Amino acid sequence: MVEAANANPMTQTVHDTPPEDHGSRRDFIHIAALSAAGVGAVAVAWPFIDQMNPSADTLALASIEYDVSKVMVGSRAVIKWRGKPVFVCHRTPKEIADAVADDHSPMRDPATDASRHKPGKPEWLIVIGVCTHLGCVPNKGGAYGGWLCPCHGSVYDTSGRIRAGPAPLNLFLPDYEFLSPTKVKIG
Amino acid sequence: MSGHSNYVPKTAIERWLDVRLPIVRLAYDSAIDYPTPKNLNYWWTFGGILAFCLVTQILTGVVLAMHYVPNSDLAFNSVEHIMRDVDYGWLIRNIHANCASLFFLAVYIHILRGLYYGSYKAPREVLWLLGCVIYLLMMATAFMGYVLPWGQMSYYGAVVITSLFGAIPYVGNAITTWLWGGFAVGNDTLNRFFALHYLLPFMIAGVVGLHVWALHVPGNNNPTGVSVKSKADTVPFHPYYTVKDGFAIIVFMILLAFYVFYAPNALGDANNSIPANPLQTPAHITPEWYFRPFYAMLRAVPNKLLGVLTMFGAVGLLFLTPWLDTSKLRSMRYRPTMRWFFVGFIVVAIALGWCGSKEPADVVIKLGTAPNGDATGLSVTTFSQFLTVYYYAYFLVVLPLLGFTEKTLTPPETISTPVLYHGASAMPAGAAAQAEKRG
Repeated sequence: MVEAANANPMTQTVHDTPPEDHGSRRDFIHIAALSAAGVGAVAVAWPFIDQMNPSADTLALASIEYDVSKVMVGSRAVIKWRGKPVFVCHRTPKEIADAVADDHSPMRDPATDASRHKPGKPEWLIVIGVCTHLGCVPNKGGAYGGWLCPCHGSVYDTSGRIRAGPAPLNLFLPDYEFLSPTKVKIG
Repeated sequence: MSGHSNYVPKTAIERWLDVRLPIVRLAYDSAIDYPTPKNLNYWWTFGGILAFCLVTQILTGVVLAMHYVPNSDLAFNSVEHIMRDVDYGWLIRNIHANCASLFFLAVYIHILRGLYYGSYKAPREVLWLLGCVIYLLMMATAFMGYVLPWGQMSYYGAVVITSLFGAIPYVGNAITTWLWGGFAVGNDTLNRFFALHYLLPFMIAGVVGLHVWALHVPGNNNPTGVSVKSKADTVPFHPYYTVKDGFAIIVFMILLAFYVFYAPNALGDANNSIPANPLQTPAHITPEWYFRPFYAMLRAVPNKLLGVLTMFGAVGLLFLTPWLDTSKLRSMRYRPTMRWFFVGFIVVAIALGWCGSKEPADVVIKLGTAPNGDATGLSVTTFSQFLTVYYYAYFLVVLPLLGFTEKTLTPPETISTPVLYHGASAMPAGAAAQAEKRG
């Protein structure tokens, strides 16, 4: 139903090139102009895309220090680091034993318990408290004595390893070090 | 917008304007004189209802933006300020929040109407695709709008949806960080969501313009699915459908008024009355009702990437529908077997929505009792898996194959036939002309 009258009769003749030109000179100018405009468009687009990335002050977020002596055996503290929760867990001997006993059980993201804590400090488990599925904060619970994510039911054990549910990876470990037996520096 | 125009300027001003900017001609051709099939039922009024919703959302939204503060420290309190201190702020925000929900109710009915009557089939594929684009934009707009009050559900809704992009191999984490503008959902995220939530409705309005344009080229489908054959099959849009759409909009406004004045929080979640806390996820989170079927499909798949693909694929299937359906008939009115699969599809979609509101491990059908006394049996996850299979099979198996094997009924020769002869499909040669004379 589109009207034929919409077609512009002028367009029939505009692109006729003179016979002696072979089109080469004009084609070159067209290609060069379009290429320059294309490169320019990409160069202009980049700042508009990159501005969405974390700003300098966000990137400069300092590391934090935390006194772990106030975390009693069997309890877990939640502290905020880079806008995310970090779980500082003072594990009981039973929790450590459970985690070590499962070292060779079939797991989605196999890891030994020893690789999840600092050498000689199995009682301190420090993990980022963000479910590796879709980012919710897991709660204490679940069939493996660790965490249960309220959003989609991922279950982590006492070593923060994924044992059931949709999450693909173990809870991430932040960069941290013990400055003294009771003081830990995260980040 | 296309085709022959019957507009005759009546006043000197109209004549003056018509040769300079024929905008009155455009309005006359598309909203007054536009030839519309005379047998459209009330399922066809939802286009007008959706236009009403879009205008309502833009008007109330612009007003709310005058009082809202897109800052993670101030956002929650600024919404309370709107609800308690701003004159009629409670009214405007309740309309905005509840109309958003009913907007989706209307769009789902509008989409299902298209699926039932085959409105996506040739020559209306582009019309259908533009509708799918509008639906995607609506989902993005609704999601970002839901984040703005910065309550617990706002926050964790933002966390879960943005984390979906983290499932993309290799670049997933870079993309989520880029979306957040930080290492977690925070002030930068809220600020950009506000800017985009303000922008997207105007993009929707633009695509709606294209949608209406693409409608007015082939004209409306109709309940018989039979193409318009002559002028006798149509009536002018005004007054026939302006009045019918107007009546439907009034009924819809009564429903909206019920929610706004008597149950303003019925469609929301109580957890969103708690300010966002990045350190504590609510014990039970679920999206608004209109996203729950997709949420259930996401959870049904025990693999992050495949779950995300299943969820987006469920919307993606709508884009392919015009090329998946092999039936020669448009309307399911004449496809008795297909009609049952369609009823099944609606039941499945509602059941998926129910699953999306439950905990994954909840038991749907109790089959026994565990040693600790808990019920065991068919879990919400397993149930969702069956439903997801049906949802996909409807598009990928039923629509392509049934067109070859089904027994169909015979549709009428023209739209006018069943109106005048109560379903008789064979009509004597002179009857059509006679019918036209009778009006």
